[in-house]
Amino acid sequence: MNGDTTATDHGAEVLRQLLIDPEICIRCNTCEETCPLDAITHDSRNYVVDPAICNGCNACVAPCPTGAIDNWRNIARAKAWPVAEQLTWDALPPQQAAAVGTPASLPPEIAAITALASAGQGGAAAPPWSAAQPYVNLHTLEQPATATLNGNFRLTADDATSDIRHLVLDFGGTAFPVLEGQTIGIVPPGLDAHGRPHHVRLYSVASPRDGERPRYNNVAITVKRVTEDHAGAPVAGVASNYLCDLPKGASVKVVGPFGTSFLMPNHPGARLLMICTGTGSAPMRAMTERRRRRIALNEGGDLMLFFGARTPEELPYCGPLMKLPATFIDINLAYSRIPGTPRQYVQDLIRARGADVAARLADAQCFVYVCGLKGMEQGVDEAFRDVCRQHGQDWDVLLPTLREQGRYHLETY
Amino acid sequence: MSSIDYSEKIPNNVNLAGDRTLQRALEHWQPNFLQWWAEMGPEGTREAEVYLRTAVSVDPGGWAHFDHVRMPDYRWGIFLSPADTERRIHFGEHMGQPVWQDVPGEHRANLRRIIVTQGDTEPASIEQQRHLGLTAPSLYDLRNLFQINVEEGRHLWAMVYLLHRHFGRDGREEADALLQRRSGDTDNPRILGAFNERTPDWLAFYMFTYFTDRDGKFQLCALAESGFDPLARTTKFMLTEEAHHMFVGESGVSRVVQRTCQVMGELGTDDPARLRAAGVIDLPTIQRYLNFHFAVTIDLFGADVSSNAATFYGAGLKGRFEEGKRDDDHRLHDRTYPVQEIADGMIVTRDAPMLNALNEVLRDDYIRDSVGGIGRWNKVIEKAGIPFRLTVPHKAFNRKIGAFASARVTPDGRVIGAAEWAAHESSWLPTAEDRAFVASLMGRVVEPGRFAHWIAPPAMGVNRQPVDFDYVRFN
Repeated sequence: MNGDTTATDHGAEVLRQLLIDPEICIRCNTCEETCPLDAITHDSRNYVVDPAICNGCNACVAPCPTGAIDNWRNIARAKAWPVAEQLTWDALPPQQAAAVGTPASLPPEIAAITALASAGQGGAAAPPWSAAQPYVNLHTLEQPATATLNGNFRLTADDATSDIRHLVLDFGGTAFPVLEGQTIGIVPPGLDAHGRPHHVRLYSVASPRDGERPRYNNVAITVKRVTEDHAGAPVAGVASNYLCDLPKGASVKVVGPFGTSFLMPNHPGARLLMICTGTGSAPMRAMTERRRRRIALNEGGDLMLFFGARTPEELPYCGPLMKLPATFIDINLAYSRIPGTPRQYVQDLIRARGADVAARLADAQCFVYVCGLKGMEQGVDEAFRDVCRQHGQDWDVLLPTLREQGRYHLETY
Repeated sequence: MSSIDYSEKIPNNVNLAGDRTLQRALEHWQPNFLQWWAEMGPEGTREAEVYLRTAVSVDPGGWAHFDHVRMPDYRWGIFLSPADTERRIHFGEHMGQPVWQDVPGEHRANLRRIIVTQGDTEPASIEQQRHLGLTAPSLYDLRNLFQINVEEGRHLWAMVYLLHRHFGRDGREEADALLQRRSGDTDNPRILGAFNERTPDWLAFYMFTYFTDRDGKFQLCALAESGFDPLARTTKFMLTEEAHHMFVGESGVSRVVQRTCQVMGELGTDDPARLRAAGVIDLPTIQRYLNFHFAVTIDLFGADVSSNAATFYGAGLKGRFEEGKRDDDHRLHDRTYPVQEIADGMIVTRDAPMLNALNEVLRDDYIRDSVGGIGRWNKVIEKAGIPFRLTVPHKAFNRKIGAFASARVTPDGRVIGAAEWAAHESSWLPTAEDRAFVASLMGRVVEPGRFAHWIAPPAMGVNRQPVDFDYVRFN
């Protein structure tokens, strides 16, 4: 019964070991009574979990009246703390420094979402060579960080059909370092229809690494209120409605950060080609804002953006975006639902700007980012294919090269 | 009220909807319960929304349901742990026979008495604690008080369910009487002594939840062994809630001790007068509260030598703590157990037939268990570098029931005379002055994240919420 383990690069088996905090436990025997595998035992001093028996089923966690039994440590199986040693503890061993970027520390639920999001490019690509080292999974589902909602602003016009919001989360004294392009997970409170906790939802960070408000410990995300499913049937998204309705000052459980691939380059002269729709603009906004704040440094490298929405009223971040100088960013907006006007999509504009796009795809200094609904994936891919054909390149050859060089990043949902 | 859909209103796993007789009985009882709750339940809280855990099923996930609820709207559910069709009576004269799903005629009176005595403590403690909400040291503590109150209410429901379901008209009358007795009432008091004492302040509340709710744990554990299966299964489920109550007590006292030690360190003094002037409860006062609550609680286990205890055990109605884990013959005819009594001004030990000493067996198990938490409190004091240690008084100290009832015994177990007792009583038991001082500290704190001066914040919040979460919302 060694369920909750993962192999590391070195082949050593990593165990998520469940520990009971002896400073909080009151030895009420509830956990021992609950455990279906009899993995919990005690002496006159401590209650402890046997790592050789526990399969991480969590049955003991909810009934515990104290919260003492919800401590998890990633540790090489061979080094797991044995029962005899745990029985001598007066306090838990300190939490080791969070594993940075190790796949072993990624919870299965998050790994599944991430895999789906990058499936369109054939799995996660290498990050740009000059990307900063990301922190990953500092705050786990078992021990999420708590943020305070500092602001909840509607980005779309009041009469627009979609409700897209800019939320600013303040982490106070809790470390939550993020990079542009990373995601964070929100855990909606309460239980689903089956009485189980809700699944975590991932949102792209919409603010640069130094915070929505620079040098304050805060992170912005972009949330669209979900009112229908992919097929158009009415359904209220649990997490998005929870977030959109959240008042300023409310507490939010946050896990993460996640993402080691969809990251921006940091070297001078790096160019960005960004293609997004709707809330897929969040990471583009983060990267653009990062670069805007560094304009005075004259690091070079231009930005090109293709941004699609149904109407101008539904285009998040439209106002601030249009104030940016054309010398800084080349903006191309596509609207698909303007009455009396033919529907226009980002792929149409990519084709219209074919020469500029092809030049960027060919430039080793240019990094490409695509983010939005699953539906845009195919259209963008075909547009790149057309552009390449018209300019003497082969997309089927170019794409693997781009991925290998960490220059092509796709995230769709 | 008859239009209420009880199967929906009362979460249950006992097929309430399928038993019309039972449903009618509960339909009759429920409005009386709600009226009792309004009169005797937590004072001035009808509109408050409290972040409560509601048990929604018997599987482990059933404990994970937290939400802000108005207390009168709390869904008092009826849950029995899952039945084991193979379960057999595992002690006493019926050992080896299948457990009873209905009450055997010959044990009817005794079982009713056991259930009524247990059931009576549940509303009693709510009555004892009804004013505490007005002086809560934080929203976190207020929430914990209310959680305990609604769960004691659920325990009352659990016992009333058994009375209604299995005891016919007698049971219904007993269920009504549970709502008519009043804690501390001279004419119609609660059945057990400790449940007629006042719980005047939060230190007393933490001591009560640590010591007296732990008595609840041991009684429930003994009943969870019962050959009357519905009683065993319902008490088994109640134990998880009882554990939370003891947590509130253990961590509550611990936080009071921690805060006192902190101020002792800051001021560099152990002088009770200076510490009281600084607004914290000095350790000797905490020790006196401890002495009082310990003695009152161990009285609850009844007389040291009791023929009732022998009858209950022999009949398979009430086992020992962890009966199933003991390896003896589970009939105990030839076994003896050392009990203490006073002879010639000395405490002496003699062997009594174990069957008659079963109250003492349970009391000693209880004492062993309660010493553990005191060790935790001492760790807090030790960590602060203070050479004071809290101790458990001798089990003969200040007893009102059993062989020591008329004796005067010091906390360290010396039998003394009236004069010496009178000279020292104020250093062993809380005085009116002590209680007045502790009462003077009690003031309501309702700002999220703030705590009264005399108590430290908890190590963590409820259900992973932050400590400064709005656990109670006042409307």
